[in-house]
Amino acid sequence: MLVKHGIAVSPGVAIGQSMVLGAESFRIPQRFVSVSAVDAEINRFRISLQAVCTEIEENERVARERLGKQYAAIFTAHLMMVQDHRIVDEIELLVRQKCFSPEFAVSRVFRQYAKKFQNLGVPYLAERATDIFDLEKRVLRQLLGERREELRNIQAPVLILAHNLTPSETASLDKAYVLGFATEVGGTTSHTAILAGALELPAVVGVGNFLSDVAGADTVIIDGSHGAVIIDPDAETLARYRAVEQEHRNFSNRLESIRTLPSVTLDGVGISLYGNIEFPHEAASARQRGGEGIGLYRTEFLYLDASAEPTEEDHYRSYCEVLKAFPDRPVVIRTLDLGADKLPIGFRMEYPEGVNPALSLRSIRLSLQHLDLFRTQLRAIARAACHGDLRIMFPLISTLLELRQAKMILGDVLEDLEEQGIAYRRDIPVGMMMEVPSAAIMAEQFAREVDFFSIGTNDLIQYTLASDRGDPRIANLYRAGDPAIIRLIQIVVKAGQSRGIPVSVCGQMSSDPLFVPLLVGLGLRQLSVTPHLIPEIKELIRKLTISKAENLANRVLRMETANDVESFLRGEHRKLSPESPA
Amino acid sequence: MSQMIHRRNVIVRTEHGLHLSPCSRVAQAALKFRSQVWLTKGSVRADAKSVLDLMTLAAGPGAELTLEVTGDDAPEAVEAILHLFEYDLVSASS
Repeated sequence: MLVKHGIAVSPGVAIGQSMVLGAESFRIPQRFVSVSAVDAEINRFRISLQAVCTEIEENERVARERLGKQYAAIFTAHLMMVQDHRIVDEIELLVRQKCFSPEFAVSRVFRQYAKKFQNLGVPYLAERATDIFDLEKRVLRQLLGERREELRNIQAPVLILAHNLTPSETASLDKAYVLGFATEVGGTTSHTAILAGALELPAVVGVGNFLSDVAGADTVIIDGSHGAVIIDPDAETLARYRAVEQEHRNFSNRLESIRTLPSVTLDGVGISLYGNIEFPHEAASARQRGGEGIGLYRTEFLYLDASAEPTEEDHYRSYCEVLKAFPDRPVVIRTLDLGADKLPIGFRMEYPEGVNPALSLRSIRLSLQHLDLFRTQLRAIARAACHGDLRIMFPLISTLLELRQAKMILGDVLEDLEEQGIAYRRDIPVGMMMEVPSAAIMAEQFAREVDFFSIGTNDLIQYTLASDRGDPRIANLYRAGDPAIIRLIQIVVKAGQSRGIPVSVCGQMSSDPLFVPLLVGLGLRQLSVTPHLIPEIKELIRKLTISKAENLANRVLRMETANDVESFLRGEHRKLSPESPA
Repeated sequence: MSQMIHRRNVIVRTEHGLHLSPCSRVAQAALKFRSQVWLTKGSVRADAKSVLDLMTLAAGPGAELTLEVTGDDAPEAVEAILHLFEYDLVSASS
């Protein structure tokens, strides 16, 4: 049994067989074979091994003829490694005595050796682990033949373990077969982590190197609530987690029962709960969980999934689909919030060397330089707004000029629609994200020019504390509980109150039960959260009183460090929800 | 049948120690004999017929190893492995 710790990004427990994704994805279809099949399976292994040897001999011959003897020596060594009687004997023993499938045994034994090499403390030998992984792949490829499976067509439930998953890979995971995932890199608010929440898959990221410790089809537990990945758990651990899994299910069932109750505090103040979504189809699940609207529809996935620029009709269809779930409730659409390197082909640009993408051309700045992209999206929003309470939100606004420019372009777009006689809504509400410290500081001025604010805590934390949210080495700086963040939120809330415009929080902070009483105490009356957390947050709100929340906020405002704030809030949370599994 | 252990000390004289290719040459040599061939460095004992096992010795240049051979062709095996360490590996690595 091996326990690894990473960053918990999507709660819940998943138990199952691992699928390790390397550069090439192999899924080991079965771990065990029947006793009667053992001889046939060993024979299959020997034939595959022979095929690999022939392949390597051919590589060796070619290398010797073209490159010379010293290069061919690498393949001679590979040939000896793959035929090494220690490895071959051990694999055959596992198949014969334990009825392991040859694929499982190969993965196990090769990876044990790779691990051993990595642990010798000799860089040269650690690098040889790569040779061993290469050989493992060669043998698996022969064994699996045409049965090789890819991420897209997984056919049995697995836990995905990978160095990294791209957002589009994460989005393509089929929930019917993927129970959860863990990655070596990534941080709390990487898009992959946000997607895991959207898909409601338990997930842990930023685990550090661990893939060489696990073989395909090993039993693995992913504890997305505590950020643990347990490889090959012992019976006791497994039993404990099965119980936790059950408890989670009970907890979810109980929350289901409060779905139709209103989201009000004990003293009768309503706190509106909206959903944050990535895909149009999530709107229905937000509604089903008791959401009162959509507080943040991230439209980036329209761009990420397509190899070409999405058309006005693509946008329009997606927005109308969201409105179908909420025909009479607010739906806030955030305009494109991507980096220049993530744009569809044709628009894509790489950042020059030395330029920090987080501080460069992205989000609204990109929209203002690619007016064609921006206008297409604005047209679709204005048209879809005829079918419901659609609202526009501009991300990453840093200065008043930027906001005015964006509003001017919207004005142009509306004028065009008017001239063309196309149906649209003229008085569509316009809001902005509060996620750049310069904007938060100037909130009073901004409040005169927009209809609402939404605080994006993820970027606000990144920019205020100057710490990259994807870097686990400085995860201790990137903290929602930092007093500077709480003060900035206070400034924005007060500015909104003084101008009478609504303020909500749509970052991950509002989805964290720990911070909800604080946000209510600071004066927030709207929160936009990951849809599956709506019931849990609502249950919490129904236990609060405004006066208690305000007292709590006042105490927090006197604290000096994120540690003080978070440990105080943890204590308060335990008092409120002693039975919560988080 | 002889159960006698033939034991000798050898020194790694290759420039980079027992890397992949010297290891595979040692294993190739050992595999030609019926005897069991072991190389030991400190507390780590490796089957000389296994290139992977040999690499786990992590024997750098100048490392002292103990060679142990048992079996009916042990004297010939000892002779061959010693020759390899004294001459063949050294000239190959230069």
